[in-house]
Amino acid sequence: MIQCKTSKEIGGMGHSLKRKEDARFIRGQGKYTDDVNLPGMLYMAIVRSPYAYAKIKSINSEAALELPGVLAVITGKDLEQYNLHWMPTLMSDTQMVLPTDTVMYQSQEVAAVIATDRYTAADGVEAVTVEYEQMKPVIDPHKALDEDAPLLRPDKEGKTDNHIWHWEAGNRKSTAEIFENADVVVSQKMYLPRIHVCSIETCGCVASFDKAEGKLTVWMTTQAPHAVRTVLALVAGHVGLSEEKIRIISPDIGGGFGGKVPVYPGYVIAIAASVLIGKPVKWIEDRSENLQADSFARDYHMDVEMAATKEGKMQGLRIKTLADYGYTDAAANPSKYPAGLFSICTGSYNFQDAFTEMDAVYTNKPPGGVAYRCSFRVTEAVHAVERITDVLAQELKMDPVELRMKNFIQPEQFPYNSPLGWEYDSGNYPAALELALERIGYDDLRKEQVEKRARGELMGIGVCSFTEIVGAGPSKDFDILGIKMFDSCEIRIHPTGKAIARFGTKSQGQGHETTYAQIIAEQLGIPALHIQVEEGDTDTAPYGLGTYASRSTPTAGAAAAKASYKILDKARKIAAHLLEVDEEDLEWEPGKFWVKGSPEKSKTIQDIAFAAYTNHPQGMEAGLEATHYYDPPNLTFPFGSYICVVDIDKGTGQVKVRRFMAIDDCGNIINPMIVEGQIHGGLAQGIAPALYEEMIYDDDGNILNGTFMDYLVPTAVEIPHLETGHTITPSPHHPLGAKGVAESPTVGAPPAIANAVVDALSHLGVKHVDIPITPFKVWQILQEKGLAT
Amino acid sequence: MSKHTISFTLNGDSVTQEVDSRLLLVHLLRDDLQKTGTHIGCDTSNCGACTVLLDSRSVKSCTVFAAQANGKAVETIEGMEQDALHPLQEGFHEEHGLQCGFCTPGMIMRAKELLKKNPNPTEEEIRWGISGNLCRCTGYVNIIKAIQYAANKLNEQQKEAA
Repeated sequence: MIQCKTSKEIGGMGHSLKRKEDARFIRGQGKYTDDVNLPGMLYMAIVRSPYAYAKIKSINSEAALELPGVLAVITGKDLEQYNLHWMPTLMSDTQMVLPTDTVMYQSQEVAAVIATDRYTAADGVEAVTVEYEQMKPVIDPHKALDEDAPLLRPDKEGKTDNHIWHWEAGNRKSTAEIFENADVVVSQKMYLPRIHVCSIETCGCVASFDKAEGKLTVWMTTQAPHAVRTVLALVAGHVGLSEEKIRIISPDIGGGFGGKVPVYPGYVIAIAASVLIGKPVKWIEDRSENLQADSFARDYHMDVEMAATKEGKMQGLRIKTLADYGYTDAAANPSKYPAGLFSICTGSYNFQDAFTEMDAVYTNKPPGGVAYRCSFRVTEAVHAVERITDVLAQELKMDPVELRMKNFIQPEQFPYNSPLGWEYDSGNYPAALELALERIGYDDLRKEQVEKRARGELMGIGVCSFTEIVGAGPSKDFDILGIKMFDSCEIRIHPTGKAIARFGTKSQGQGHETTYAQIIAEQLGIPALHIQVEEGDTDTAPYGLGTYASRSTPTAGAAAAKASYKILDKARKIAAHLLEVDEEDLEWEPGKFWVKGSPEKSKTIQDIAFAAYTNHPQGMEAGLEATHYYDPPNLTFPFGSYICVVDIDKGTGQVKVRRFMAIDDCGNIINPMIVEGQIHGGLAQGIAPALYEEMIYDDDGNILNGTFMDYLVPTAVEIPHLETGHTITPSPHHPLGAKGVAESPTVGAPPAIANAVVDALSHLGVKHVDIPITPFKVWQILQEKGLAT
Repeated sequence: MSKHTISFTLNGDSVTQEVDSRLLLVHLLRDDLQKTGTHIGCDTSNCGACTVLLDSRSVKSCTVFAAQANGKAVETIEGMEQDALHPLQEGFHEEHGLQCGFCTPGMIMRAKELLKKNPNPTEEEIRWGISGNLCRCTGYVNIIKAIQYAANKLNEQQKEAA
């Protein structure tokens, strides 16, 4: 049960407060980047490569420039004059802004047309003629390290092959010993295919350079506006862009999911165009460009092995991964974690030891490696361990629930040190699984399955008990391009007791304007409705690293609590002054201080706020405000248990998710309605890659499903009714006892579904099916087993 | 490029505008008439973010030429709130039927036609009814609840009026 400490009117933590931000969105008054229109604004459209790997022999812009309304065609050679044709990625690799000689993937930016309106800009793109000399691309990452593979990045000094990096975690030797001595070893190859976040709003910006002031303002679809400002100042300082003269505004964002963390070439070209031409330039990519060129997610080829006793004690885990990064490592991981937080792969289980290694390679595909709604490669890690656990259960002929229960890290083991170096803050894994079993009626479902199997029907039950790792992160280990991953909150209490709070994060639909207000309301007793929350404008918001990897509540949420404590410290002094008592004689309850033993003598937070400007003690600074930059001592480790039931149509091979039960534990809950909404959305983005989504390339590097016509983002018909529930195990180190939540379901749903499908087919000898589990894949299995009807 | 002078009503107000033959309705609304509540989420008529009503029928305004609006009535999200919020707007707020808000105007406009044709839709009928509109945030669960909320409220309003 969620206990609320504040009244409904104050609306602190635990209340399902309706969202404040809805007021503008339901009226069509949200202000997204494409809604920004400035006087004299120009439009930019991009010429893109039809080939995956080719030399540029020539670019002819003459016909384009003759079109009325086309003002300029910008090429890599133009940017080269200012040394702006390459830029660093967040992973300290390099990426072309515009190419000067070679294109590295299909749909790569080749040139940009600037025109007076969007139609003319598109005409200009059609009129630019580019002559290419095609080369044989590297598409299969397994062939990227072959001796005869072309060297894709000769620009990188000393590079003699397409290997990017090797990464490992854990103890190779001791893990090998466990495997050598184990009763049982199971292994499985798994591929988590390349997918795309597909936020419904694509990416874009409006760049406006004011020549007189020397000031650049950019409205852009970014999840991390401050980081963008600093990076821009560092890479474009030599052309006169100085950080105090750069203002990044991240207005309303139509979904992010990690896809709006990277800095894409389009942004940089639009900025360069605005600086050069001296007018505002708008660039909004279309959906096909977004799918074909912006950062992908996943694309991990994993060899997963587990060692166990014959009684089912899971002992060792070993994973070897080949990661396809496209032509540059443009992931968005913390600097010291090239493979993100993949080393959470030991999951919810008490392994003796584990070892994981990964090699990343270049191919002729779009760059990236963003999260798709997960905390830095956690989805891949959880898929590996949750799938191989079921492979083991099948091998041992054990129920997957029994195997999990037998191997869970127990509640009394927390804080738990994992073999791969994480300190899990808190957890109660058996409780979450037990609740899921009870709520879905597991025993009855197993009975039903037996009956159905006897009738020849295919029904499966899938279980996943995941552990997430979110809230990056402690500054000793976590940074992006050297900037530590703290986050911030600044609170100002106005004389009438209302407040404004600003944050270094940026909501893309998570509801920060409501939940952050609730956190402050909880601490100060000021009604949440009287607390205005702002984010996204680097000229006004305190510095922060932005919103991704479920880090907003763990970092900025904590900063809101800590800044509130600072406000209360000062408020107590003012209250003591007003009530003419010592500070020690005061008691606090959200909303007021009162004198111990005389509750009728009290001052409300509103009284105190007014006094802070009208009657503060002599010698004290006026005003009531505070800022806190929160450096988390650890990450938070939300977890959950999901169970789903699938039925398979033997005629079509179609998998129908009949029920999906999600029990999540994200510690203390700020707004139950919003948490449930986040879980719904995350489940949909877990079901999507499990059953529908994959970016498919042919041998020449042509993307075969680069539009919404053929990349299957599920509709309301595909997504089933979703059932949710929760347990509460507070984080011991977070000031609110809270953990992140929005990515847990994206992480937990795919293995639950894959396990259910394999469970439905296990009696036929099926041990694994790679996602997405399409009707065609299942139909092929049924054909092979002689079962297709 | 040939031009056309078109006249139509936008949320009840008369508009006369000169447009290029190729201008899409969504760009006329967004760029020329500053009605930016109608959004663009794809280039293949799949996402439905640009859904508006044309003579009370829901259409994807990225797939309609501005010239085709001539003589017709166009309704957008900006016209939904009259004396009070429309029950659909209220339903999306009450049932937490939106997160980033980008698909919301299109969903609401589509749902308006859906409820006009079928005032008592089942969950399944709502799912199929909005299957031309993509949402990436909500998993659709609360969008369905929001439309059910609006259906109930509209039915109540109708009863009261009768």
